[in-house]
Amino acid sequence: MKEKIIEKILMLLAFSAIGALLLMAVFIFKEGMPIIFKVGLKNFLFSTHWAPTKGYFGIFSMIVSSLFVTTGALIIGVPLALACAITLAEFAPQRLMVILKPTIELLAGIPSVVYGFLGVVLLVPLIRDYLGGPGLSLLACSIILAIMILPTITSISIDAIQAVPYSYKEGSLALGATHWQTIRMVILKAARSGIITAIMLGMARAIGETMAVIMVAGNALKIPSSPLSPVRTLTSNIALEMGYAAGDHRAALFATGIVLFIFIMIFNVTANIITKRWRRE
Amino acid sequence: MAKRINPVLIQRVIKAQLWGLTGFTIGILVFIICFISVKGLPQITLEFLTSNPVDMGRSGGIFSTIVCTLYLIFVSLMIAIPLGIGAAIYLTEYTRESRVTHIIRFGTECLAGIPSIILGLFGFAFFVMALRLGWSILSGGMTMSIMLLPTIIRTSEEAIKAVPHELREVSFSLGVTKWQTVTKVVLPSALPGIVTGIVLGVARCIEETAVIIFTVGSSLRLPQSLLDSGRTMAVHFYILAREGISMPNAYGTAAILILSILFINLSAYYIMRQFLRKM
Repeated sequence: MKEKIIEKILMLLAFSAIGALLLMAVFIFKEGMPIIFKVGLKNFLFSTHWAPTKGYFGIFSMIVSSLFVTTGALIIGVPLALACAITLAEFAPQRLMVILKPTIELLAGIPSVVYGFLGVVLLVPLIRDYLGGPGLSLLACSIILAIMILPTITSISIDAIQAVPYSYKEGSLALGATHWQTIRMVILKAARSGIITAIMLGMARAIGETMAVIMVAGNALKIPSSPLSPVRTLTSNIALEMGYAAGDHRAALFATGIVLFIFIMIFNVTANIITKRWRRE
Repeated sequence: MAKRINPVLIQRVIKAQLWGLTGFTIGILVFIICFISVKGLPQITLEFLTSNPVDMGRSGGIFSTIVCTLYLIFVSLMIAIPLGIGAAIYLTEYTRESRVTHIIRFGTECLAGIPSIILGLFGFAFFVMALRLGWSILSGGMTMSIMLLPTIIRTSEEAIKAVPHELREVSFSLGVTKWQTVTKVVLPSALPGIVTGIVLGVARCIEETAVIIFTVGSSLRLPQSLLDSGRTMAVHFYILAREGISMPNAYGTAAILILSILFINLSAYYIMRQFLRKM
C-alpha cells in the first residue's frame, strides 16, 4: 500500500518538468496572443514599425537582428569550437584533454553579464577605434555570443567524436590514410549528426541570450545595414521595455516572447530528432 | 599531371592551425579570469563583503546582495531538489522505457533549452502577478527552481543509473521493499553524482540575471523575509556596470562572482571524478 502511494507521488514529481513547461507555454501564449490577433499576425511579424506607446507593434527588425546576430555568432564560434573539439579529441594526449575539456566548459559558467561587461569595456572601444561606427554593434554582439556558445558546441562535439567506433579509425589508418585524412573523411562524417546537434543547441543559446546582448548591441530599432550598425534583438526588446510597459505594450512584449519561444522550440526539437537518429545509428 | 601536395605536410599545417585555434580559445578564458581578478581583487576587503551598499552602490560593500543570493539559492534548491531527485528515481527505478518516459525526457530537454528571458517573463506573469507574490525572493526562487530542474533530473538520473545492479538484487533478495532499497541502498551510492547536479544548480543561481530582475526585483535593502524584494550579486553587478555607478565596485563584485563560480565548478568536477573512480 505504502509502496503504491510512493510510486504515484514519484510519478507526479516526474511530470513536474513537463508540467512547468506547459504552464509556461500557456501563460505566455495567454498574455501575448490577444495582441497578435488585434494587430494581425502579418503586421506583427512583418512590419518594422515599433512604437508601442502609439499602438504600432511590428517586430520584423528585431526578428532580422536576432537571426543576424545568431548567424554571426555561428560563423565565428563554430570553426573555433570544432577546432577545439578535434584537437582535444584526436590530437591532444589524454592527460591534457582531461584538464582542457573542463577548462573550456568553465567558459560556460561565467555569468553572461560579465561577458557583456567585458564586451563593453574591451571589445566595443576596439571596434569603434579600428573599424568605425558606434562600436556597440551587431559585430560586437556576435563575437561575445560566439565566445558564449563555444563551450556548448565544443563539449558536445568532443562527445560525438569520441563516440565514433575505434574500428573506423583503424580501418582508415590501415588503408594508408594520414591521421588528418582519417579525421576529415571518416571521423567527422561519422560524428556529423552529433556535431549538428551541438550547433543547434549553440544556436538556441545564442538567440535566447539577453543580458550580454543588451550591453553590447546598441539596441537601435532598425534593420542593420552593416555588421557595424547597432541592433536590437527579440530578447533585448523584452528586457529593455518590460520595466515600464503596461497594457497592450506589455502584451506585445509577451507576444515577442511567443515568437522567441517558437524559434527555440524549433531549434530544440530539431536537435532532439537529430540526436535520436544519431543514437539509433 | 597536377602537382600533389604531400598529405603529411597538409596534416602538419592543419594540426598547427587547430592547435593555434585551441590555444586562442583557452587564451580567451585565461584572459577573462585574469582581467577580472586583476581589476577586482584589490577592491575586495572584509569591509566590502560585510557592509551594505551605500548611495545606490556608489560606495559601501555588497553584503545585502550576498545575503539575497544565498536566500535565493536556498529557496530554489529546496524546491528543485525533491522534484528533481523524485523525477530521476521514477524514471530510473520505477518504469521501463516507454512512451511516458519518452515524453517526460523530451519535456525535460525542452525545458533545459528555454532561455532565461522567457522564464523571467513567465515568472513575472505567474508568480509575481497572477499569484500576487510580488517581486520577492519566493517568486524568484520558484522560477529559478524550474530552471534548475532539468540539470538536477539529468545528473541524478545518470548517477542512479551508474549504481551497479547487484546492489539492488542483494537488497531485494533480503526481502527489502523497493522504496527502502531506493532510500537505503541506491541513493547513498548515487549521492556524489546527485550532489554534482545540485552544485551546478547553485552556480546557475549565482550567475543568472534576467530571471532575477523580473521576479526578485532590484531592491538594495537587506531582505528580511522570503516575501521581500532583493538584489542578487549578478543583478547588482549588472546595474553598477550598465549605469556606470561605480566601476571599482563593479569590478569587485565581478571578481567575487567569477571566483565563486570557478570554485563551485571545480568542486563539482572534483566530486564527479571521485564518484566515477569509485564506480
